[in-house]
Amino acid sequence: MIEFKDFTFTYPTGRPAPALRSITMTVRPGTICGVVGADGSGKTTLAAVVSGVSPHLTGGEFSGSVEVCGRPVAGTPMAELATSVGLVRQDPFSQISGARFTVREELAFGLENLAVERDVMRHRVEHVMADVGLSELADRSPYELSGGQQQRLAIGSVLAMRPAVIVLDEPTSQLDAEGSRRVFGILDALKERGVAVLVMEHRLELLARSADQVVVLEDGAVAADGPTREVLGDPRLPEWGVGPLQYTTAARRAAEHGLWDESRPLPVTLETAADGFHQVTHRIPIPAGDQP
Amino acid sequence: MILSIDSLTYAYANGTPALNGVTFQVAAGERVAVVGSNGAGKSTLARHLVGIERPTSGTVEVEGRRTDELSIAELARSVGFVFQNPHDQLHARTVAKAVEFGPRNLGFTAEQRARACEWALRVTGLTHHAQDHPHHLSFGQRKRVALASVLAMDTPLVVLDEPTTGQDHRSLALLGSLLGELAEEGRTVIAVTHDMEFCVQHFERVIVLERGRVRWDGTVEQWLAADATALPADGSRDDAAERSGPPTDLERPQLTRLARELGWSAPVATVDAFLSELRERTPSVPAN
Repeated sequence: MIEFKDFTFTYPTGRPAPALRSITMTVRPGTICGVVGADGSGKTTLAAVVSGVSPHLTGGEFSGSVEVCGRPVAGTPMAELATSVGLVRQDPFSQISGARFTVREELAFGLENLAVERDVMRHRVEHVMADVGLSELADRSPYELSGGQQQRLAIGSVLAMRPAVIVLDEPTSQLDAEGSRRVFGILDALKERGVAVLVMEHRLELLARSADQVVVLEDGAVAADGPTREVLGDPRLPEWGVGPLQYTTAARRAAEHGLWDESRPLPVTLETAADGFHQVTHRIPIPAGDQP
Repeated sequence: MILSIDSLTYAYANGTPALNGVTFQVAAGERVAVVGSNGAGKSTLARHLVGIERPTSGTVEVEGRRTDELSIAELARSVGFVFQNPHDQLHARTVAKAVEFGPRNLGFTAEQRARACEWALRVTGLTHHAQDHPHHLSFGQRKRVALASVLAMDTPLVVLDEPTTGQDHRSLALLGSLLGELAEEGRTVIAVTHDMEFCVQHFERVIVLERGRVRWDGTVEQWLAADATALPADGSRDDAAERSGPPTDLERPQLTRLARELGWSAPVATVDAFLSELRERTPSVPAN
């Protein structure tokens, strides 16, 4: 569980304006919450705050509260937070420990620091390696991996810790379609296990399939927060600096020409778009003279 | 030809081939997207264009000169390379200094430098961030600083490695119009990407790499047409067509997938193309 209550945060350096403003939102266990917003809208700061990186490591002024698994983030030491919340940073390169020589050792690094028993550790590492598709690269140096592979390594390192809350900042930015679906497949499985997942993601199509809830950030504040279909289909999305799905745009434009049944919600997935447009192209022709 | 690649093969130190007999040419002023899945060899190919990697066999020529016979400094006057990760190329304390670094190294006069930097910051939407520290910017903004620092060097060939990574809605639009602007100036742009949505909107030619080989090379329209006919309208799979058609492991643009899902064998990738196809396929539309 992640709970923000009227949380405002300002970094100690850089721009004096708050990076997050009066954030109130909740992510429940066993759900996936997607966060979208323009560049600089506060997505990365939000991730840093949930994981304790801010204010613990960056410093900064805050008011209000953020609780993870019932514990206030600001008042809980990082070492303790690390057992309940995992952060996958946007730039996977910066997440490599630099202290280990192979992918397998890198995946075990966090567990070693928690003094997890050797057999348990070995079992978990092999399991996670398979989950993120890195088994074949187990003995490679983390620095020899491609950007996409490093991204999967970063995700694996966090999964190995089995946190109750996981935060992923643009986890698919360097992955192709197959790799991205795999990551979201992992998130779906985490959700089933009761993990609270918070994911910053530009690609709305991935959120449309997996997220239960979507939050839009604009200039550090929550502009929208609700069920995925409602938020992603919201016509104000472009005003918030977020590009709508092509399915949604096509349906909205089609509706202007009577080519979309307006009693249907605007589609945010391939399946709902195909259903809606199939209905349009297969409707019974209305002879011009019979129109009311 | 500004770029000529002939039978380029590259193997890692352990013998694994990353590129296997890649051959293609690019004329000055072309906008080319090199697409493929992770591990297809895209980044390795891009790194050959700037001389960071040297061919195991075969040749890469930029402006008629073999890249393995030029120093990286010499090549830098011809090819600008924007890395996938901005931290690979940002070391200065302000955005303005980062952007000025390349032109200064190339020996631009103060006046040339000022003009090049002012332009590069403007077209990347960073003018009001000129005095910011790159580390205080978001990942997407830092990527644009890296892009600006390369554009300021005024090279005839610009190579972009995954330019859409971490870019939001507005930045993507900015990047799109920037590509148009570069084309008008006659500069050649080669982007390495797995983002087909971006590719069909902003590029004229697409080269598909698959496991280190060129699997497809043609215009975007040809790619879409071949892709649409590779799958028969009734949705049944034709294995022969599938093999001869463009590769299918790339994520197609959303509306291309929607058209396929609806069983349309028409090349559709944009909202306008989708709507005109929809109109044709809809029986007698009521006036209102």
